Amino acid sequence: MKKLIAALSFLLCLTMLIEGCTGGIGIAQPRERLRVATTTSLYDTGLWAVLEPRFEAKYGVELDIIYAGTGIAIEYGRRGDVDALVVHDKARELSFVADGYGTERTPFAYNYFVIVGPASDPAGIKGLSPENAFKKLAESKSYPFISRGDDSGTHSKEQAIWAAAGFSYADIQKSGDWYVDAGRGMGPTLVMAGEKQGYTLSDIGTFLAFKGQTGLSAIVETGSIMLNVYAVIPVNPEMISTVNSQQAQNLVEFLTSTEIQQLINDYGTKDYGTSLFTACAGNEPVS
Amino acid sequence: MAEIWQGFLRALNLIITLNPEVMEITGLSLAISLSACLISAIISTPLGALIHFNSFWGKRFLVSLIQTFFSLPTVLVGLVVFLFFSRAGPLGGFGLMFSPAIMVIGQTILVTPLMIGLVISALSGLDHGIRETALALGANPLQMGWLLLREVRYGVMTGVVLGFGRAISEVGLALMVGGNIRGYTRTLTTAISLGTNMGDIEFSLALGIILLAIALVINLLLNRLQQR
Repeated sequence: MKKLIAALSFLLCLTMLIEGCTGGIGIAQPRERLRVATTTSLYDTGLWAVLEPRFEAKYGVELDIIYAGTGIAIEYGRRGDVDALVVHDKARELSFVADGYGTERTPFAYNYFVIVGPASDPAGIKGLSPENAFKKLAESKSYPFISRGDDSGTHSKEQAIWAAAGFSYADIQKSGDWYVDAGRGMGPTLVMAGEKQGYTLSDIGTFLAFKGQTGLSAIVETGSIMLNVYAVIPVNPEMISTVNSQQAQNLVEFLTSTEIQQLINDYGTKDYGTSLFTACAGNEPVS
Repeated sequence: MAEIWQGFLRALNLIITLNPEVMEITGLSLAISLSACLISAIISTPLGALIHFNSFWGKRFLVSLIQTFFSLPTVLVGLVVFLFFSRAGPLGGFGLMFSPAIMVIGQTILVTPLMIGLVISALSGLDHGIRETALALGANPLQMGWLLLREVRYGVMTGVVLGFGRAISEVGLALMVGGNIRGYTRTLTTAISLGTNMGDIEFSLALGIILLAIALVINLLLNRLQQR
């Protein structure tokens, strides 16, 4: 019996010791927090790690960044689990605002999607428009195309390109083994495309971050449909009363401020030799 | 192969230099999983005894159900906890989503069936005579409880060891209800998952090695206590 008591008290002491060290995990959360759901692709570029400490220092709040596909991020917003969204799916963002869940959509940066694949481009889609490149892949059915398949912003862009190329997405999904529904984040999807020597649609940031690991190249990178706009939307306090709307508003101000816009414009130059985003302070970019 | 070796070296380096981020992540993982195991042990022991010593309709089914829950998928616990504790859910008023507290709740739910199951099987292995003898000798309920607790201590300890193993190694639940927030709800497993997604293989591998090292230390300590 003494052993059991010793073991349990040992566990108890250890737990208390660790909790003392890590500042506790108690239910009480005395510090003010701002919860933001963001997209995996944006998170994986590492931009938030740069922005977070600056925001926290400026507004005296703990910024909690939760990353998820745009689909689930918007769901977190609807359920009131986060105070703001920073995502990249205009159509769904607009309906989020129209349904009353968000106050206002503010675009703050953009870049372009790229169709990536093996450097040798076995399907010969280089030089084509994104729509024609997709068409060629779908018609030949002989080169793997890896889809995110996870209801993310990148996934919905992919579906938009299929539609623009004149295909029904449901038909594409069941058109054969060449179309691979990965159901994973951008990084793992790129790794899979590299392993299978196939093509995929990626945001530029994650693609560059994984370039060394996957050995893939950007094959198609122009075309107005490839525009990828990141926007911030505070959750509407009239809809969800518990929301931290003051700090959410501060986030909008922060992201569109001259200082941060400059930082976003330069972000990535050091690591990838090219900037990952173009800042657009509140204006919808047109291409 | 080189990657694994690099990961190992990086792990050693991170441990020796007491890398603050790694220390924080490790501390949080330990705090959450140990709290969950402790709470679960406190709930499971009386509950297991209650089930074992009472005969009621559907008891056998209940025990089978508890055993079925040994294979409860962590993401399913995550989903159910999310639906209950999300602001829009029935327990949303507590505002616990994406906090360490909700991760403790989730992990407690995850390991409790395992612990109850082990308490029940420890009690089943007991000599039936013990209870009758104690009763015949005029033991009061308190003394009886004490006696039985003594008898099932190894069951409870095994439960704690297995439960801790399950809790510290799970990733689905921690990711779903914790949100993997840097410096707040990031545990070893969610950091490994993120590191892998971001292509930082070495760091992920290093954290994996640290997780295994912790499990080894905890198990050695508990075994030592058991043998003393």
